[in-house]
Amino acid sequence: MSTATLDVHELPAGSRVNYLNAQYGIKSWLLTTDHKRIALLYLGSITLMFFVGGFFAVLMRLHLIEPQGALVQPETYNKLFTMHGVIMVFFFLVPSIPATLGNFLVPMMIGARDLAFPKLNLLSWYIYVIGAIFTLYAVISGGVDTGWTFYTPYSSSFSHTSVIPTALGVFITGFSSILTGLNFVVTIHKMRAPGLTWFRLPLFIWAIYATSIIFILGTPVIAITLFLLFLERVLHIGIFDPAIGGDPILFQHLFWFYSHPAVYIMILPGMGVMSELITCFSRKRIFGYSFVAFSSLAIAIISFLVWGHHMFVTGQSIYAGLVFSVLSFLVAIPSAVKVFNWTATLHKGSISYDAPMLYALGFIGLFTMGGLTGLFLASLATDVHLNGTYFIVAHFHYIMVGGAVMAYLGGIHFWWPKITGRLYPDGWARFAALVIFVGFNLTFFPQFMLGYLGMPRRYAVYPSEFQVLNVMSSAGASILGIGYLIPLIYLTWSMRYGPTAGPNPWGAKGLEWTTPSPPPTENFEEIPVVTEEAYDYAHSTVTRG
Amino acid sequence: MAIHNAHAPGFAHQFEDMEQQREAGSLGMWIFLLTEMMFFGGLFATYIVYRALYLPSFEIGSHLLEVKFGALNTTVLIASSLTMALAIHSAQIGKRSAQVGFLITTMILGAAFLAIKFTFEWRHDYVEHLVPGFGFLIRPEWGAPGAHVPMFFCFYFFMTGLHALHMIIGIGILTVLTVMAHRGKFTPQYYSPLEVSGLYWHFVDIVWIFLFPLLYLIGGRYAGGGH
Repeated sequence: MSTATLDVHELPAGSRVNYLNAQYGIKSWLLTTDHKRIALLYLGSITLMFFVGGFFAVLMRLHLIEPQGALVQPETYNKLFTMHGVIMVFFFLVPSIPATLGNFLVPMMIGARDLAFPKLNLLSWYIYVIGAIFTLYAVISGGVDTGWTFYTPYSSSFSHTSVIPTALGVFITGFSSILTGLNFVVTIHKMRAPGLTWFRLPLFIWAIYATSIIFILGTPVIAITLFLLFLERVLHIGIFDPAIGGDPILFQHLFWFYSHPAVYIMILPGMGVMSELITCFSRKRIFGYSFVAFSSLAIAIISFLVWGHHMFVTGQSIYAGLVFSVLSFLVAIPSAVKVFNWTATLHKGSISYDAPMLYALGFIGLFTMGGLTGLFLASLATDVHLNGTYFIVAHFHYIMVGGAVMAYLGGIHFWWPKITGRLYPDGWARFAALVIFVGFNLTFFPQFMLGYLGMPRRYAVYPSEFQVLNVMSSAGASILGIGYLIPLIYLTWSMRYGPTAGPNPWGAKGLEWTTPSPPPTENFEEIPVVTEEAYDYAHSTVTRG
Repeated sequence: MAIHNAHAPGFAHQFEDMEQQREAGSLGMWIFLLTEMMFFGGLFATYIVYRALYLPSFEIGSHLLEVKFGALNTTVLIASSLTMALAIHSAQIGKRSAQVGFLITTMILGAAFLAIKFTFEWRHDYVEHLVPGFGFLIRPEWGAPGAHVPMFFCFYFFMTGLHALHMIIGIGILTVLTVMAHRGKFTPQYYSPLEVSGLYWHFVDIVWIFLFPLLYLIGGRYAGGGH
């Protein structure tokens, strides 16, 4: 090992050993088993994937400025939306909060030195990277045009694009999710600090726990499904090919059995972040702790029973459709419980509008809109009209971008001082949050209207009467793009030049704020003993700074 | 607070004590097996759908398999589960040479399973043109259901192949364990790698216990039907 250990004499006076400066050199990062460093490895790699996926989105929106398409051939357009979807879903949204904030925070929030299986944690990052390389190779080798859903028989028998490397990439990266989920569940069960009972846990932990359950139960199914698709395509044999009696609809069932719960993989951790932000910036205990906690589990469980709502018009039986419709409405209950409880927490709170809180408030509004429009789609009759239109695109972007990405950015801004030990420029951060909010709505609200008027998704051209709304959407996308670049710049800047953060700049509750920023390698000098409820701001003597 | 016994063999720094580490390892393996269950479960569910759709074809396919090899392999695997359990027991009572002996026996039984599977069964299927994608011949005597016999064989090779892959990984794990046992790493206080690997090995056996009837015993093979 050539990793240099710390020479204290090289440090300025007052520095102490933390996880960032305990060891130097590229090897000390690539071979680390420290959950905090692995979180940063993930942060770097998923940020890269986010901007790759975002690049494809920008190209799509540019193309759609003109009704006949301004930029690319229709075949290329098919590849753009596919690569955008594959990269954003499997390589950004699914790992985003769990693998970065989750990795960093789970041991810190429960008062542990590390996750239960640190080597497995590092392995999961390598698996993610290998999966990402396969997928990026697919991009370079000509792209893939099946849509992120890989529907058969087009994907298995007809598409002439790089389906195999893409599907393998998604297959491989799935194991990274599985191992991360396994690690979290074991850690949360077995490694909580003394006194930290289940109902004293931060709600972020409950959300990560629920997410991990979906990782564990759902991801293997998509893995086997994509493996079957892979075999079918490589060996020209198979079980989804109607030519030899296969059932392509069965592929859709298996695909959505994972991919619908995967939607909750993307949003549940965001909801966990929300509970932390709302309580901290309104200085109040969460309203209805146990309801918020159990609603996470309820969402995880119900998420496995609603996959059929993706298939209302693809030939499943009408009775199955009815049942799936009813079950889909049920998801609204735990989701609404959360939104109401966050709002009730704000009530008579002492609210401050720091950057993380701006994201959190944005989340409440956008997630509510995304959720309510989901009810339109869960209703059989309206779904027939709206299915396959931009209404759906707008709906799930309100959840995935307006919800999950807002929460992710809010969380990054909230814990950034803890992660890096530095503060970022507050004015810029608030400005960026507003730019993102405005850009987001301008991008996606017109898409609700386009969809309702009947513009189908995944088309490279459209009738000229839709142009105004499309141009609005494209203009919004460029604002949104800039909004995402601003934090990239000032956060990177802050790592070197930002003012030093104290252990608890927000005056927040939670064990992670009781250690120095950045934390020492072992997280806690001594394993803490917990004696109070989560978010006990009413009796808090902690102040900001 | 628990005692921080940093010098115990095999103790990892992130845990408070050996007991916590043992529980974490065991829970981790159970959860891993849950993911494996869902992994095979997707395949089983697909199998069930097509078995219901094309039962006559699946019966024809099933009757082309050599049930005697399947039955023999079932016995071999059950025996290997027994020797695996005995290896763990030997560790618990601190008998090193017995541990090594039982682990090697388990490996030999696992290898025997694979040998029978590959050299007798799969090779035989290949010679008989029963491998989809590699010159599968639909025989005229199968009649109309013959069209979907390749489907049965797709499942047969996917499922037994995936199972065989798990066996190979299992034998790899057993090799490492044998070396560790030989070096005396396991004591009555510390044997959890052996225990969790045993869980995995038993799981792979149980998968086979389900595969055997699903693939080999469809449609009352010896009850007056068949060929």
